[in-house]
Amino acid sequence: MKARVHVMLKNGVLDPQGEAVRHALGALGFDGVKGVRQGKVIELDLEEGISEADVAQMCEKLLANTVIESYVVEIV
Amino acid sequence: MRAAVVVFPGSNCDRDLAVAFKAAGLQVDMVWHKDSALPQGVDIVGIPGGFSYGDYLRCGAIAAQSRIIGSVKTHAERGGYVLGVCNGFQVLTETGMLPGALLRNAGLKYICKTVGLKVETTQSVYTEGYDAGEVINIPIAHHDGNYFADNETIARLQGEDRVAFRYTDNPNGAQADIAGILSENRRVLGMMPHPERAADIGHGGTEGAALFRALAGAVAAA
Repeated sequence: MKARVHVMLKNGVLDPQGEAVRHALGALGFDGVKGVRQGKVIELDLEEGISEADVAQMCEKLLANTVIESYVVEIV
Repeated sequence: MRAAVVVFPGSNCDRDLAVAFKAAGLQVDMVWHKDSALPQGVDIVGIPGGFSYGDYLRCGAIAAQSRIIGSVKTHAERGGYVLGVCNGFQVLTETGMLPGALLRNAGLKYICKTVGLKVETTQSVYTEGYDAGEVINIPIAHHDGNYFADNETIARLQGEDRVAFRYTDNPNGAQADIAGILSENRRVLGMMPHPERAADIGHGGTEGAALFRALAGAVAAA
């Protein structure tokens, strides 16, 4: 089983990297991009028996910093 | 009068911190992150600057899970002193020993320069050697020093007089110009600027030395 964890900065937390990407897109002529938020995707290759709840624990303890980030676990 | 400096793979200010502790009269042991316990009788633990684990995942995130961190937490819970500088501050927020987090600098650039810091409180062993409101010049060198916490936390830090230092000219976008904060019991200090890099005449500035002198003085008096 594989899990894909999406980690994003929470709404309201400034994302200067996303802003820089937005500016760069504008400079390339891509108009109409109102906002860019940059996050990360972490893929986990899991043994049988590891549950989605276990992955959520991994997110809480290490993969995301819940002070500034939110996460979504996707089982693939 | 003993200090321990924790060394992670990628720490690069560990020796500087040890030199500053020694100059203040402390005996210093270097402690490897894989060690399971601090040396007996340690009064102060220093978490140094650097790029622990290459800043992988998030700055300080992997170091915060090291074996030695359990002992550092126990030390703090018993009322021991812990000083985290730069990456050390990031590690302390990642462990939850200090609130908030350090985000990428608002201007996206790594900044290495000397900045003005206003001493916001003298009610700690780290800052009692300064005058309240005094401005000291201390170097910063970081890419992720933009202090963030929710409004409630910022209000609590300010209400409890736990902001130790503020930037006089905010270089990184930190909320409320915060450069360093204290724990609830005021014995854990995390700060992005490097007082150990302004602690010897050869550094070009010595305004960080009073922090180490006051800390050593407090330990000696205890």
